[in-house]
Amino acid sequence: MVLNYFKISVFIIRLGLFFSPLSALAAWQTNMSRGVTPLSHAIYNLHMLGFWICVGIAVVVFSIMLFSLIRHRKSRGVEPAQFHEHPVLEIVWAIVPFIILLTMAIPATKTLIKMNDNSNPELTIKVTAYQWRWRYAYLDQGIDFFSNLSTPVEELQNRAKKNTWYLLEVDHPLVVPVHKKIRFLFTSNDVIHSWWLPTLGIKRDTIPGFINESWARIDEEGTYRGQCAELCGTNHAFMPIVVRAVSESAFNQWIKQQLGDSAHGTNT
Amino acid sequence: MEQTLELEHPTPKGFLAFIKRWLFSTNHKEIGTLYLLFSLLMFFIGGIFALLIRAELFQPGARLLNPEFFNQMTTMHGIVMLFLAIMPVFSGFANWMIPLMIGAPDMAMPRMNNWAFWILPVAAIVLFSTLFMEGSAPNFGWTMYAPLSTTFAPPSTDHLILAVHLMGLSSLMGAINIIVTILNLRAPGMTMMKMPIFCWSWLVTAFLLIAVMPVLAAAVTMMLMDRHFSTSFFSAAGGGDPLLYQHLFWFFGHPEVYIIILPAFGLISQIIPTFSRKKLFGYNFMVYAMLVIAFLSFIVWVHHMFVTGVPLAAELFFMYTSMLIAVPTGIKVFNWVTTMYRGALSFETPMLFSIAFVILFTIGGFSGVMLAMVPADFQYQDSYFVVAHFHYVLVPGALFAAMAATYYWLPKMTGVMYNERLGQYHFWLSVIGVNLTFFPMHFLGLAGMPRRVADYSLQFANFNAISSLGAFIFGFAQLFFIIVIIRSMFGKGEKATGKVWEGAEGLEWTLSSPPPLHSFTTPPKIN
Repeated sequence: MVLNYFKISVFIIRLGLFFSPLSALAAWQTNMSRGVTPLSHAIYNLHMLGFWICVGIAVVVFSIMLFSLIRHRKSRGVEPAQFHEHPVLEIVWAIVPFIILLTMAIPATKTLIKMNDNSNPELTIKVTAYQWRWRYAYLDQGIDFFSNLSTPVEELQNRAKKNTWYLLEVDHPLVVPVHKKIRFLFTSNDVIHSWWLPTLGIKRDTIPGFINESWARIDEEGTYRGQCAELCGTNHAFMPIVVRAVSESAFNQWIKQQLGDSAHGTNT
Repeated sequence: MEQTLELEHPTPKGFLAFIKRWLFSTNHKEIGTLYLLFSLLMFFIGGIFALLIRAELFQPGARLLNPEFFNQMTTMHGIVMLFLAIMPVFSGFANWMIPLMIGAPDMAMPRMNNWAFWILPVAAIVLFSTLFMEGSAPNFGWTMYAPLSTTFAPPSTDHLILAVHLMGLSSLMGAINIIVTILNLRAPGMTMMKMPIFCWSWLVTAFLLIAVMPVLAAAVTMMLMDRHFSTSFFSAAGGGDPLLYQHLFWFFGHPEVYIIILPAFGLISQIIPTFSRKKLFGYNFMVYAMLVIAFLSFIVWVHHMFVTGVPLAAELFFMYTSMLIAVPTGIKVFNWVTTMYRGALSFETPMLFSIAFVILFTIGGFSGVMLAMVPADFQYQDSYFVVAHFHYVLVPGALFAAMAATYYWLPKMTGVMYNERLGQYHFWLSVIGVNLTFFPMHFLGLAGMPRRVADYSLQFANFNAISSLGAFIFGFAQLFFIIVIIRSMFGKGEKATGKVWEGAEGLEWTLSSPPPLHSFTTPPKIN
């Protein structure tokens, strides 16, 4: 009996945990985050534009359809109409969507051109993907380190309670300054991976033997988390990305500390 | 050929005779039935793979499958569903119905037809054998991206390559047969623009198949060369380019999407007019729209590769072409809606599936237009948003069309009406299951969950649980489908008339239900 009560209460607690919103996380997040860079804001706006256009079209088309489904039922004793072609109508409903598409294509083009402007970076970071971790190199500062998943194995195997940042935590996060144009260079040591940080609006494949680039200017200090987005083998789900955006002075401090550490041989 | 043509074959007696009858059959109806039953079996096998994936993803943490096996399941699920379930089901309907619809006695090349089908089970056996091989089964996703599929792949990959070649061969022979049949065997008086639209959809599809299947064959052969013969097509270290593989694959892969969806368009365009008791609106434009879609399908492939770092000019070009696809697709949706408008609608199971198709396929189309915007695609690509998108066009899209067609023609094929009540249960459970499974995936993708992960962080737990629940409802619903089909196959149910449906039009409905084994041995008259 005692055991049974115990089991039931554990089950109820689990159920409660399962459905209770997790404090630090948006457990019911249904939309893209706006992010923290001008480009991620532009992406968010495009996404919402596309979304509302689709909703608008859906309302019109599905209303007409619903009207037919309700009114033009055989069970209501209606006689089917005989019309079955109308070339003018066909041409109209080819042109109207075309114009609507233009309203999406124009802002998308503008944003895309902005995104491709990788000129004048204030900091360059080379990201190299490995099976299954990331390596970050600050090319001008001479800092270079690996970033590995730091979630304990017990949590992965359900032997310990999962912490808030389960699978989204690393031993050495990438540290970057805010308000600076940061250029990222992407390459890979083995297979294709993809560096995705939703809050920065960046997703770029890392391809062995080739270098891709992208850039970000982060507006807010904070810790931002992402994951590898391209299937890269067994541990594809276990190579998270953590970026800490800090003030310029804190960043300089961090650089000094890193250089000091590596001089003493404690960092790799 | 001095044989006399027997109109009805006697039922075979004995096991060997039964096997011989089906193994050597060159009859389009029998081969069609084989295709349909084979794809049904594969649909269940691919479905079990999918349910294993959803079971693992029900909650975060390692539960059921290890990540290695999880990757094998995602790979197998994709390949089985696309190449062995969805493509053969439409080949099955083509075999059964195209000769009946155009008033032909059989397919133009019956022996090749037999061969094209029997290659498929062999390909399936080769493919499934990899699951039992040392190392592991292919574990790099159905897209088989190099170098994960070359240098880093398990030995069983060679069997996958062989299976892909076999499936390609089968599709090519099927496509050639359909083109020759449609172009040469139409009854006198049936001009191209009088042909039922399902035949048109398959004609366009067959040309797409002939154009792109060899490209896939080339790509997997280059994979094989890279793996064993020291070439470096896809290896930068040897002067090659991993992206070359992706270009080749998607030059096949994007038309492949339309190879899957065009026959579905054709089926829906047959079924909606029947239950609206009104002619298909804008037949000509429906045909033109398919031709435009087929043309555009060749110049959009890079939209699968926007995050690979293609140059700005290419990104702009492929963004515009991808968006353009919305225009002909829109024409099709508007025409279906207008066909229903002021018709006299009734809601038998085939019509229910068709209506769900129009609504849910359109939702998949909407997310498709959003995906075409390159900057937004940087967030969507390789996330669950993409998974939601393509499952909306493939499951309540292509698969619902196949289910609609099954209910539509089952009485014609078996001679008995299916059980309408079971059909409706099947429909409603399926439609609820599909939406519960795939709609939350949009949210997951937008919130940042990548696809093909064996485990995920806690913020994604709620919607994943809902999605898994939906998947099991959808899986359960298919048991009704099986029951309906088995009952009909064994003749349980009311006797069906030749015309079956009040609003049915077309040559196949002028025959008895079931039609004689050899039909239209003399061409029918078309007025």
